[in-house]
Formats: sequence, structure tokens, C-alpha cells
Amino acid sequence: MAELSKTDQVEDLHLVNLTKRFGEVAAVDDLTLTIPAGSFFALLGASGCGKTTTLRMVAGLEDPTSGSIRIGDKDVTRLRAFKRPVNTVFQSYALFPHLDIFENVAFGLRRRGVKNIKPIVEAMLELVELGHLARRKPTQLSGGQQQRVAVARALINKPDVLLLDEPLGALDLKLRRQMQIELKRIQTEVGTTFVHVTHDQEEAMTMADTIAVMNAGRIEQMGSPAEIYELPRTVFVANFLGQSNLIEGRVSGAGEMLDVAAHERSFRLPRERSSATGASIILGVRPEKMTVLDAPDAARVPEGHNVLSGRVTDVSYTGVSTQYLVQASWGQELVVFEQNLIVGDRCEVGDEVVVHWSPRHSFGLDGNEDIHAGVDSAVLALESVDSAPAAGDGE
Amino acid sequence: MAPVLPSAAVAPPSTVAQRRSRTGYVLLFPGMTWLAVFFAIPFVTLFVTSLQTPVPGKSGRYQLGLEFGNYATALAEYWPAFVRSFAYAGIATLLALIIGYPLAYFIAFRSGRWRGLMLVLVIAPSFASFLLRTYAWKTILADESPVTSFFNALHLLPDGRILNTSIAVIAGLTYNFLPFMVLPLYAALERIDPRLIEAANDLYASPVTAFRKITWPLSMPGVVAGTLLTFIPAAGDYINAELLGSTKDRMVGNAIQTNFIEFRDYPTASALSFALMAAILILVFTYIRRAGTEDLV
Repeated sequence: MAELSKTDQVEDLHLVNLTKRFGEVAAVDDLTLTIPAGSFFALLGASGCGKTTTLRMVAGLEDPTSGSIRIGDKDVTRLRAFKRPVNTVFQSYALFPHLDIFENVAFGLRRRGVKNIKPIVEAMLELVELGHLARRKPTQLSGGQQQRVAVARALINKPDVLLLDEPLGALDLKLRRQMQIELKRIQTEVGTTFVHVTHDQEEAMTMADTIAVMNAGRIEQMGSPAEIYELPRTVFVANFLGQSNLIEGRVSGAGEMLDVAAHERSFRLPRERSSATGASIILGVRPEKMTVLDAPDAARVPEGHNVLSGRVTDVSYTGVSTQYLVQASWGQELVVFEQNLIVGDRCEVGDEVVVHWSPRHSFGLDGNEDIHAGVDSAVLALESVDSAPAAGDGE
Repeated sequence: MAPVLPSAAVAPPSTVAQRRSRTGYVLLFPGMTWLAVFFAIPFVTLFVTSLQTPVPGKSGRYQLGLEFGNYATALAEYWPAFVRSFAYAGIATLLALIIGYPLAYFIAFRSGRWRGLMLVLVIAPSFASFLLRTYAWKTILADESPVTSFFNALHLLPDGRILNTSIAVIAGLTYNFLPFMVLPLYAALERIDPRLIEAANDLYASPVTAFRKITWPLSMPGVVAGTLLTFIPAAGDYINAELLGSTKDRMVGNAIQTNFIEFRDYPTASALSFALMAAILILVFTYIRRAGTEDLV
């Protein structure tokens, strides 16, 4: 596998003020982004957020309205697709139906006049475990196999950047999980920069080391999966990536801890965890950070925790956790996930409870944002995952 | 006879298969009858006629025979017409491909909302009769016509005229059979996923290379169908040579027509027809084998 040693020189990918307009609509709106060399980068967003357009501009299949694309120091903005050191794994694979697997994978090498390609192609087919199918036509392969041919066909050219456009969208759930691990392994092995476009948050979190959440042509937030999840900076991210309980309030206090007044209660929040600029704030907390106690046990709430009282309106036991819906005293329904550590009694529907969480798990968002931003997108993204065609019929 | 089944609802598979094959025959019946009456029987009659011998003393009357010499005589006299037929049809097919491919490509990939209209325009000339359209070309290519003047101004015409030359016959054939080239080409090109061309571009193929390696091979079924649908009727055509050509441009079709209608030499006309059919069949089979379209998905 000497031929598949790590790509010699990997360079950062820079998108600078990148904009793409289709008529009046800005599909990508003044996007500035640096994707570090050798990273597995995910562009995550609901359909129509501009992520695929961004990818196509990097590939050279779409011309930006303005802005530039650089790989290292080299400006590739005006370089035509066939001259760019970038390869794409297409959503529908786009394998050449009249060529066999070997020739599909060899296509890029042949175009660049590489000599003695047989061992290179064979090594690449081994990497994706398809060596025995080299002389088959694409239609004779299963969805998962076609997917691996598409990866091999792009990767064999040792691109500076490999672009993956919803590469697992057409596979069924089980195969998709398997391919996630496979892709991650291949990426580690070759060291190429992978830019992965997806609407599936779990897929992005599992594979990528950096995620950029995209919405309406802009990046909402970028960071490691844990950073984005633990400390969302916008309401969209808080709602789109996982679930959040968001409470509107007004902020006060000057020290390290801010006081948030909401619904005649006061909650505490570390200053560095707030991105609110004015007095109006949205206080957020993830459901699994909260603990439910029966109202009589309120004394057991640790010192300094945020507390609210409410009534249980729904309990679902899911094995790993129990999911409670708690109606707070002001009527809002909050979601609480509790790990099933307690043997015996759980809270039941109708119980009066107190819910508490550590201030360190709170986050503050700008109160002027729409508190429901991203909720619908998250639901849409989930639906499209469930309804993904089961084209990958296994192997 | 039939095995006793636990449930009446489960029909033995053989019965289902029988019923299905019977349905097949029923569906085939009208087509097969048509073919038998209007193709198989005339085919045999034609072959029998081509071997007839003249009734001595009665001109225009023929009797049953096994005169294979009819073929030799016919071919000895009319071989130049054969050569012309295949040459004219071949050139016309090539021209139709050169004109039709870019047109079909444009309609398939670039026409957007004009696609339907453009397809109608391709077929529109067929609403007028074949004969009328060819007569129209007589005017278009006439000696004093702007077309002839234009080419004369460029000194491109050896005889100083177009009408009554082989150029006119080939132009007429190309024009008349162009839709038969464009439509199959369009059908084949329209089926090609544009993302395949994007993928080729992404894999370092320039637009020209992407065309050569992806679009052209994938459009091969259309090219084969289009060239056959143009070449076969063009090779057997006689109207274009009759109306647009001179006596030096006569094709097999004209020879058959004259022998049949004017000379009433039915055996020669039949022998020519049969020989033309055989020649076209051989050419077509060789062509399909060489084009290797059965390999395409």
C-alpha cells in the first residue's frame, strides 16, 4: 500500500467572502471560513441552507458571484473544475455506467497521464475492499459498494481536498453507520482534508472533528462537535443540534456570574457562557443536564444550582434514559432526560417536582433572536433521514 | 391429473405460466398477422418473381422458374446505381449525424423551457408530404436561386449549378431523413445524467475529453439507431434522385421503379429489390457488431 501513503503536502482551504446568488436569492451569503489541512470538516444544515452550493463552488462546478477560494496560497476561484486539485464524492455517486469499476477508479489517473496505474488502482480497490469486483459494471453493485467506488474514484487522485456531498444519504441506516466508521478510517489513513456536507447531525458529530452549522447561506457557529453542542452561540444551533430548553429573561449583574430574571425567578449563568449583548437574554440548558426531584425532596438541590418547580406531564422510558416533560410554573414545557441510575420509583405524570441544574451547564443567547429558530429545520432534517430511500440493499 | 391442493386459492404455477404465455400469443396475434400478410407473403412472392423467366413470344408475361441468372444480369447492368445508392445514403447519413448531433445535444441539455417547441419544430416538416417537401427543394436549389448564387459567388460549384447534380440528391436525402437522426439521438442524450459530465470534469476531464469519454459512448445507442433509421430508407429512396438529380445520379430505387413500371421487367425489378435488401441487411449486421452497442447499459 506504499502508493497510498499519506498525501504529501496538505494545505488549508480558505473561503473568503464567498457569495452565490441565484437571481435575488443569496444561496451562500458572504461566507468566510478556513478549513484546516487534514481535518474532517462537516458543513451541517437543513436542505436549502447553501451547504451544497458551497461545496459545488469549491469543486468548481458553480461560479461564485463574488469572493474567493484559496487552497494554501493558491487562488483557485477562476480555475475550471478539471484543473482543480479537488475531487468530489457525489450524492448519487455519478459512477460512469459504461465503464467497469477498475476504469471508473482509474479515470482521474488516466486523464492526468499517470503511468503504470494498475498497481495504484488495485491498491485503492483493496483499501475500499472491492478488489474482487474490479471488472464489474456499477449497476451490478449494491448501494454500499457503489458508494465505496465513488470514494475510491475521488481519493485515488490524492486531492488537496476531498468533497463529500451527502455521501451516505442513499444508504439504509445500518449501512450508513458502517460507512461512517469506514470513511473516518480512510480519512485517518490518507490524511487528506475531507469536507463533508450533510443534514444529519449525528453523522456530522460522529465523523467530523470540526462542524460548521449553516443556515440561510451563513455559518451560524463553528467548532468541535462538543464545543458546539455544549455551548451553542445562536438559538438556531441550540435547536438544530440536539434539543434545548430555552427560557426568555432579562439579564443583570456585573460579576463573573450573571443573574437572569425570568418568570419571577432568578437563574445564574457564568458571564463567559453568554453571547447576549443587551439586557434581553434567552437562557438555555440541554435536557440531559437537568435533574428532576420530587417536590418534597427540594432540600436535596445542591447549593448554587438553578431551580424551578413544575409538574410532570409526560414520562417516556427509553432504556438509556427516561424523558420527562415538565410544565414549569409559568406554563412552558421543558424536556428533561435523566439517566436511569435510580432503581425503583421514578416520578410519575402529575407529580409536583423541582428541576435543577448547575449554572455551568447554562448558556445565554441573544434575547432578540427568534426562540423557535431551527426547530423546524431540525425536524425536517430528522424526517429526511428517516425517509431516506433504502437504495443500499446491503452486501 | 392436477394434484390435490390444501387450498383452492393456491393455483399450480404451471397453470399461471400457461395462462401468461397464452396472453402473450393473444397480444402478438395482430402484429404477427400484419407481418404475415404484408411482409412474409410479399417477401416470398418477391423472391419467386425474381427467379421467373419470360414467357416466349409474349412480352411482359413471365412464368415460374429458377433463373438465378436474373441476379447476375441485373447486377451487371445496375451495379453503378448500387454503388451510388450506398455512397449517397452514406454521405447523407454522415451529414445528418454532423448536423443532428449538435442539435439533439442542444435540445437535450440546453434548451430549458424551449425543449418541447424545438422537438415539435424537428418533426414539423413531416406534416407536409415527403413529395411536396422534395419539390420545394427543386425551387430552393434552382439555378437562379439565392442558394445557388451564394455558392457560385464563392466558386464552390464545379458545374456552376446544384439542381440535377449529386449534391442536390445528397442534400435532399439529408434534409428528408434528418428527423430520423435527431429523434433517437435526442432520446439517448436526454437519458444521460448531467452529473456524469460534472463527475468527469471533477476528475480532470476537459469538456472535450468528457464528451469523448462519457457523452459520446453513452449516446452510442442513439447514434446507431439514428444512422440506421437514416441510412436504410435513404439507400432505398428514389424520389430525391428522381426530382433533384440528373440521369447520372440514378439510384437503385430508380432502377427498380423503371424496371417495374416502365419496362414491366418484374424479375429484374424483384432481383434488384432482393439484392438491395440483402446488401442492407449485411451492412447493418456488420455495423451493429462493430458498434458493439449490446455492451451498453
